[in-house]
Amino acid sequence: MREQILELLERNSRMTPAEIAVLLGSGEEVIASEIKKMEEENIICGYNTLIDWDKTGADKITALIEVRVTPTRGQGFDKIAERIYNYPEVQSVYLISGGYDLLVILEGKTLKEVSHFVSSKLSTLDSVISTATHFILKKYKDDGIIFDKKKKDERMLVEP
Amino acid sequence: MRDPIGKKAAELKPSGIRKFFDIVAEMDDVISLGVGEPDFDTPWAIRDEGIYSLERGRTFYTSNSGLKELRTEIAAYIRRRLGVNYNPVSEILVTVGGSEGIDLAFRAMINPGDEVLIPEPSYVSYKPCAILADAVPVVIPLKEKNQFRLTAEEVEAAVTPKTKILVLPFPNNPTGAVMTRADLEAVAKVCIEHDLYVLSDEIYSELTYTGEDHCSIIQIPGMKERTILINGFSKAYAMTGWRLGYCCGPEEIIHQMTKVHQFAIMCAPTNSQYAAVAALRDCYGEVVKMREAYNQRRRFLLHEFEKMQLPCFEPFGAFYMFPSIQEFGMSSDEFATELLKDQKVAVVPGSAFGDSGEGYVRISYAYSLDSLKVAMERLSAFITKLRQR
Repeated sequence: MREQILELLERNSRMTPAEIAVLLGSGEEVIASEIKKMEEENIICGYNTLIDWDKTGADKITALIEVRVTPTRGQGFDKIAERIYNYPEVQSVYLISGGYDLLVILEGKTLKEVSHFVSSKLSTLDSVISTATHFILKKYKDDGIIFDKKKKDERMLVEP
Repeated sequence: MRDPIGKKAAELKPSGIRKFFDIVAEMDDVISLGVGEPDFDTPWAIRDEGIYSLERGRTFYTSNSGLKELRTEIAAYIRRRLGVNYNPVSEILVTVGGSEGIDLAFRAMINPGDEVLIPEPSYVSYKPCAILADAVPVVIPLKEKNQFRLTAEEVEAAVTPKTKILVLPFPNNPTGAVMTRADLEAVAKVCIEHDLYVLSDEIYSELTYTGEDHCSIIQIPGMKERTILINGFSKAYAMTGWRLGYCCGPEEIIHQMTKVHQFAIMCAPTNSQYAAVAALRDCYGEVVKMREAYNQRRRFLLHEFEKMQLPCFEPFGAFYMFPSIQEFGMSSDEFATELLKDQKVAVVPGSAFGDSGEGYVRISYAYSLDSLKVAMERLSAFITKLRQR
């Protein structure tokens, strides 16, 4: 049941408990209390809106930064990750297996702003060994949604 | 000049949907609930395989029965889902959609004058195909009080010494009815007793919402040897335009069907066959996801019908609802036409699926929830208007 609720909310976070209850053949109260519990347990961490900022006038630039770090004794990567994710301009931080350790997704207004963050804040952290910054040129698909595709129903209108 | 037209073709009744289609085609901004195919695109992994097969230059005929590889996958699929074994070499034939299979089965099995039992309401092609094969179609009207399931008594009452084939169209288009194992056992008993063959059209077998797996008549002891099983990729894998289906049955019947298929069609589209191999191998997860989406929409519509007090038995299969419109004192054709003109919502009159569909309309839920929501608002407004008259 939880998984089904989450799948519906993941696709449309504006769905009400009453609507979800109908779709899953359950009661509104049951769904509402289950959602509340999942919010408390931090399984549901927020209700964001997926925006294609490219279509707005807003100046926004997104960078993926590969960061190699030295883990701290006793705390592994968690401590250095915390020092990075506390910056509000940092959107996401993932611990990654393979060629580098942390993947940092950063949002800034200009190229300069992002470079400044990397050179003055990120690279100067003690445990950071090296960084590699990649700027995103175009977002085709985010969170399972294809941005530039409005589906048109091409079926015939009436069929046997 | 001589009359160019043959009697048999001329005497076929045109599909009741045609007339309706012509009206709809003239209108703008219609919300249609009238289709008989999934709204989902074919899963990408399947399309990708189709593209790859073209890149590889696989643009030739396959053997008449279909790619060996595909028939092997079909046999494995049926074993997995129904626990029944078919020999992929001699008991499976790949066809151009399930529709071709229906036509082939009649042509391979019928002698002029043999009777074919056709439960209605049901898909529109059984009767014409039976007639074209010189059979005499005998209609069994299904009843809402039985949730539109076929009962053994109904079969028994329709059987004559001339009856050869019983068509078993479940899960059903247009009603959404499914047969339980017990229903099938009772029908099977009558079939064995009267030595009937069964044409079991199970094209919607993956779309059932009872919480239990679909039950096929071939699972009932003694029935596999007298059943032609028809299925395909259209509904389960959202592959209608690929035109690919298959038939499974006793070797001697499949052999004759293959002969007719060979002369009429040669083979099913090669490209689609390669894509279907990928479908059966890797894409069952997509089927499960689509089924869940349909089930949610089904519940949504039931809930909406309840709110507007539109009587409808709960269907557990396919992607159709079959609400009764008898309280409005109009034919299903009139109801559908007025609904279209008044609210620009297209549904299909139940009478298009046989006389016993009169008094009902078919509403398809192969649409996004958003479209269904708008459509239900309009339907509700229409019904309210009718009740105030």
